[in-house]
Amino acid sequence: MKARVHVTLKNGVLDPQGKAVHHALQGLGFDGVNDVRQGKFIELELDGTDAAKAEAEVKEMCEKLLANTVIEDYSIELA
Amino acid sequence: MKSAVILFPGINRENDAIAALKQATGTEPTLVWHGDTELPKTDIIMVPGGFSYGDYLRCGAMAAKSPIMRAVAERAKQGVTTIGVCNGFQILTEAGLLPGALMRNASLKFICKNTHLKVENAETRFTNLYSAGEIVEYPVAHHDGNYFADSDTLDRLEGEGRVVLRYCDVDGKVDPATNLNGSQRNIAGIINEAGNVLGMMPHPENAIDPLHGGTDGRNLFKSMVEAAS
Repeated sequence: MKARVHVTLKNGVLDPQGKAVHHALQGLGFDGVNDVRQGKFIELELDGTDAAKAEAEVKEMCEKLLANTVIEDYSIELA
Repeated sequence: MKSAVILFPGINRENDAIAALKQATGTEPTLVWHGDTELPKTDIIMVPGGFSYGDYLRCGAMAAKSPIMRAVAERAKQGVTTIGVCNGFQILTEAGLLPGALMRNASLKFICKNTHLKVENAETRFTNLYSAGEIVEYPVAHHDGNYFADSDTLDRLEGEGRVVLRYCDVDGKVDPATNLNGSQRNIAGIINEAGNVLGMMPHPENAIDPLHGGTDGRNLFKSMVEAAS
């Protein structure tokens, strides 16, 4: 089983890297971009076939290591 | 007076930390490897600066979960004087020993220069040889020193006198123009609720010898030693 984790900065937390990417896009002439937020994508290969158990475990991984919940939100997708 | 310096792969300021602690305590600090599970008996623990684990995932995230950090957290909870500088500050926040997080500098640039700091609280075990409001000069060298915490946490830190150092100019002016890296409320260093754990981005250990260009950092180490003896 695969788990895909997206880690993004919480709303209200400034994202200087996203801002820099936004400026660079504007510099390239992409005027239709209102905002850019940069995050991380983490793909995990998991043992087992129990989706509920896997999700609970990946959630624990996010809370303990993959995300810093002071500044980041995460979402989990199993496939 | 015993002190210990924690060493993670990718740390590069351990010798500076050792020099500063040796100068202040008169004895050689013990270097403790990240894979160890036990700390020797010690009065001071220092988590030095550098780039532990190559700053993978987030600065300090991997180091915070290494075996030795469980022992550090335990000692810190028992009240042992613990200081984290630069990457050490990032590690202590990631380990949950200090609130908040250190984000990429607002300028996105790595900042390596001397900076002025205002000693906001001179009644901590780290700053009691300074006077309140004193302006000191320490070097900084970091890419991710932009302190963030939610406004409730910031208000609590301010209300409890836990903001110890703030970025300012030579005259002590604290405003957005003198905010080195975009930190909330110009915060450069904070202590935990019990007052025995300090995290700071600037490097006092690199301001202890006239050859460094200044010795403003000496009193921070001397304060710790006096408080611990």
